[in-house]
Amino acid sequence: MDVKDYYQALGVAETATADEIKRAYKKLARKHHPDVNKEPGAEARFKDIGEAYEVLQDDKKRAAYDRARQRAASGQGFEPEDGGGFEGFDFGSATAGGDYSDFFEQLFGGRMRGAGGRPRSPRDTRGQDQNVVLEIDLEEALAGAQRKITLRVPALDAQGHVELKERTLDINIPKGVREGQHLRLSGQGAPGHGSGPPGDLYLEIKLRPHARYRVDGRDLYFDLPLAPWELALGAKVTAAVPGGASIELTVPPGSTAGRKLRIKSKGLPTDPPGDLYAVLTLVLPPVEGDAAQQAYQAFQAAFPEWSPRAPRG
Amino acid sequence: MIETQWIDDRAELTLIDLCQACGLEAEQITVWVVEGMLEPAGAGPDEWRFDSRSLARVRVAQRLVRDLQIDPPGVALALELLDEIAALRAEVRRLGG
Repeated sequence: MDVKDYYQALGVAETATADEIKRAYKKLARKHHPDVNKEPGAEARFKDIGEAYEVLQDDKKRAAYDRARQRAASGQGFEPEDGGGFEGFDFGSATAGGDYSDFFEQLFGGRMRGAGGRPRSPRDTRGQDQNVVLEIDLEEALAGAQRKITLRVPALDAQGHVELKERTLDINIPKGVREGQHLRLSGQGAPGHGSGPPGDLYLEIKLRPHARYRVDGRDLYFDLPLAPWELALGAKVTAAVPGGASIELTVPPGSTAGRKLRIKSKGLPTDPPGDLYAVLTLVLPPVEGDAAQQAYQAFQAAFPEWSPRAPRG
Repeated sequence: MIETQWIDDRAELTLIDLCQACGLEAEQITVWVVEGMLEPAGAGPDEWRFDSRSLARVRVAQRLVRDLQIDPPGVALALELLDEIAALRAEVRRLGG
């Protein structure tokens, strides 16, 4: 196992002061928090930052870590020779999360598992509610769907140990469901303590991005590619709409790229239904071959006084 | 037969539902209502009814408090800015960007 570079994770020098480390952590935590940062890998990065700070902000842990780095740099394994030296570490969490990397656990001892974790629950309390994100495709939102989902949820076994249990549920996705809605399943959350009832399970709907349609609330948007003459002179164009049908759209003469044509009630089948918008998009024919060249030159010659860069009144 | 209930735009979750769903105390959620970050239907805590969007907002707020130690006015501002960013991103997508 390689030594994790906590200094690099926080972007600080090995000689950084406690203040510099704290400042760096706070800034990076804000920047990479998964609710703020939507890039893939943000959550993993956020955990790395938290773990680095957990170690570097504490003198003892930082010292132990620095020694481990030195040992690794001199070709030895990074684990401490005597296997001890872990006493006196306080594992109250300076940061959020609580999941630590294998490297951290190797260095600071397996004690981290569950440390600072669940306080003893009072007897007969209700189990915790749980939340699971359910990703669906636009097609499933439009037509409704039956989904089988398998959940891996923590549960207590007969000895009171936490284990991950698999459970399969049949879910009916209603037609017109929207991003952000939740399905509450009574009693499917974490088991209660003692004779307390289990909590509920919430499924939160998220829509996967679609290749053709962009969703905004109840409305859908798609690009309608058009030739320059279709925009300028107008045209009747056939376009596919959600659900597999086609419709004929009338592009008014003198249209500009970016203009939206509204197709009422063809968006999400909600109540009231959303609309579908065709976003007019200009596509230029390719300049391949003599005929195309000449056509473009003739086009240019037809507008001798006009410049796209002239100030418009 | 599992009892299911769709939580959508209609405001149906009580304060207790919300507390249980997120593992928070009523006090914390009440503070956020006072900040105007959550806008339940109903006159007082006993009558408050929250919609689906509130449930998602509370979860985000909870994580921001836990991970970034933001105070209630800060959390309210953060959520509003995140909403604005999401709206801008949606606008960019609509324009074909």
